[in-house]
Amino acid sequence: MTDFLAMHGYAAYVWPAYAVFAIVLFADAIAPVFARRRILRDIAARARRAASRKSP
Amino acid sequence: MNPLVLWFHKLGSPPYFYSFAGRWIPWLYGIALVAAAFGFYGALFTAPADYQQGDSFRIMYVHVPCAWMGLFAYLFMAVNGFIALVWRIKLSETLAMASAPIGAAFTFITLVTGSLWGKPTWGTWWTWDARLTSELVLLFLYFGVIGLYHAIEDRRQAARAAAFLALIGVVNLPIVHYSVIWWNTLHQGQTVSLIGPSKIAPSMLWPLLTLAIATHMYFFASLFARARVALLELESGKEWVRALLPVTETSHD
Repeated sequence: MTDFLAMHGYAAYVWPAYAVFAIVLFADAIAPVFARRRILRDIAARARRAASRKSP
Repeated sequence: MNPLVLWFHKLGSPPYFYSFAGRWIPWLYGIALVAAAFGFYGALFTAPADYQQGDSFRIMYVHVPCAWMGLFAYLFMAVNGFIALVWRIKLSETLAMASAPIGAAFTFITLVTGSLWGKPTWGTWWTWDARLTSELVLLFLYFGVIGLYHAIEDRRQAARAAAFLALIGVVNLPIVHYSVIWWNTLHQGQTVSLIGPSKIAPSMLWPLLTLAIATHMYFFASLFARARVALLELESGKEWVRALLPVTETSHD
């Protein structure tokens, strides 16, 4: 196991490469989730404002 | 009309695409995760260490699929950008612009992992080699497209302007691809080929191809998620978007 983690001396290059892959793609994957939440909130707020203008 | 052509026309309608993409996203993420699990198992456990590079060659399994995706995402963006400019199809504008950040992410990973691979094998983090330089230009092209898209207020005009820039940047794609043939510098030539035999042992190849499948599936999952958000924003005044919102007491007028 230690041997595996050490990557025969290349651990300092192999693991950061895999980490960058995982972190960047994870960030890419969650970005639309937050954007979606924000936009749905905006649309709902706009709909509420429009409704309150129509029926005072 | 041919049912496939008919379906393709239907797919161009934002509400139809919205629900179509929504159905596919979990499956695409699921397939991507399963393929990535298999691929990484092969990449880290079953593939033997390279006789020259030792274990540092395992960086290939994240570097190469991401490099392929950086080019694939650009091509996808350019084709959709072309359709958007010629036929003014709203969905194509959306898909082209949704593709840009994903392609930029893949290109960024390619550059960073390439640097991490270059240090132990070439002795340098960076060199102005033709492949490395053209890949950096690819990243800047993505930044240009994303920047232009966000600099213009009108979403549709912004998408068409950015699509035009994306089309100009297509000239960089063959440069990236053929750079290792045209210029004889540090970056190695291509090992895996779609046409003709690959110069890599099968035990090292299958994890790479599995990870290529995983990254393609991931691309479409992320693309669909981003396109759905963009369509919600673009069509926020339309009936189909308002129908998605939770029903409020004021909506029965």
